[in-house]
Amino acid sequence: MAEFKHKHIIALRDLTKEDIELLISTAENMREINSRDIKKVPTLRGKTIINLFYEASTRTRTSFEIAGKRLSADTVNITTASSSATKGETLADTALNLLAMKPDIIVMRHAVSGAHYFLANKINCSIINAGDGAHEHPSQGLLDMLTMKDRYGRLDGLKVAIVGDVTHSRVARSNIQGLTKLGSKVFLAGPPTMMPPGVEKLGDVTVCATMNEALQDADVVMMLRIQQERQGKTLMPNAREYSRYFGLNPNNIKLAKPNAMIMHPGPINRGVEMSSSMVDGDQSWILKQVENGVAVRMSMLYHVCGGELE
Amino acid sequence: MSAEQTVLMDGAGIKRALTRIAHEILERNKGVADIVLIGIRSGGAYLADGIAQQISVIEGGAVPVGAIDITLYRDDCSGHLPHHPVGKTDIPFSLEAKKVILVDDVLYTGRTIRAAMDALMDFGRPQSIQLAVLIDRGHRELPIRADFVGRNVPTSQKENVQVVFDRSNQPIEVVLEK
Repeated sequence: MAEFKHKHIIALRDLTKEDIELLISTAENMREINSRDIKKVPTLRGKTIINLFYEASTRTRTSFEIAGKRLSADTVNITTASSSATKGETLADTALNLLAMKPDIIVMRHAVSGAHYFLANKINCSIINAGDGAHEHPSQGLLDMLTMKDRYGRLDGLKVAIVGDVTHSRVARSNIQGLTKLGSKVFLAGPPTMMPPGVEKLGDVTVCATMNEALQDADVVMMLRIQQERQGKTLMPNAREYSRYFGLNPNNIKLAKPNAMIMHPGPINRGVEMSSSMVDGDQSWILKQVENGVAVRMSMLYHVCGGELE
Repeated sequence: MSAEQTVLMDGAGIKRALTRIAHEILERNKGVADIVLIGIRSGGAYLADGIAQQISVIEGGAVPVGAIDITLYRDDCSGHLPHHPVGKTDIPFSLEAKKVILVDDVLYTGRTIRAAMDALMDFGRPQSIQLAVLIDRGHRELPIRADFVGRNVPTSQKENVQVVFDRSNQPIEVVLEK
């Protein structure tokens, strides 16, 4: 049986295929807890988890908090608006101060790519990345893969189209890292201004010239959010034009396999990345993604507690 | 395997023991009313299927069978969590007011049973929990005893008792390793 040896989960790039499969299968088995009347197991009793969020989040923070509580850990939330970061405290100082309160796991979201690696060298508790800049969002990548596995029973050989602002998307990066390790074929489409050069070197990744090319015979269509908070004005002319070329609608979805699954990491800009009928339609797996998020985060918290310091 | 092995029971012996346990369960509970079987993963879950089969042969009615994984309820997780894979708990029915027959392959310290009882309580309030095991090897560390025992085997703590299953999860033998 595979053992999980990592103390931190910062990027799916750092994990092996076996690590990722173990995290997903544990999440599958933990999912049953979330449908019980008493949604709690005593596994992490006495552990303290700090959710340290330097960027806005609803889904991820709530999901990590619920995951910790369902495993009986004590969870504390810190968001920047209410923290000393607004008074000018540096990340390292904040972390050392939090560490003095002896947490077992810090779950952090930060706007700077790689902030977690910086922190991991300074502190001795586990760190889980809840999103860092344009780098990775491993829990989202894992929950997306779990959702695809729910539908198809496998990831090997799936054709996954990822459409939108790939440059700014940590969700896309985590999915590319994870999916290619597990044998899926990834096809990317988006405006050239939003496509990072060299992205095809990450694995079995094809950059498509048009969205239609990416959608052709896709098993999974993953739409990325236009990150209005990260956009300069120069990357796209306006939302309407973006939507015309890179929005998912009832016409272009027909290019994908019949009943292909539609995914989105949220929050959705309705009418921009995809039309409302796609968001709420039969092919949408968006809410299942959110549901799987809790189980995946339970699995991550459980496994880092058994990991060794690298 | 280099360790010295003794076969304690063969497949036929195991089957006779499970049949006897099935009879004893029915005798004690006066039939199958309100009885559910819950096997502890992985060995206990396979044996629970075997006992359920015997019960349906004897009484003609099927009893609900579930499986429980106790990894998340272990008591050796408080410090550094050991690497235990998490299995699937599968109890697709309520335990409220049921007579739960908890099934395990080998009863040893009693800690697994303690964890399993904690887990069961999260699924409702059973009328009673009774314990059926194929082998009781002694050395209890908690005040727990079995209601139905296939065979009592005196062992030393250095020895290891294992129920071996084939590929279709049928028990084929019980071995003692020194």
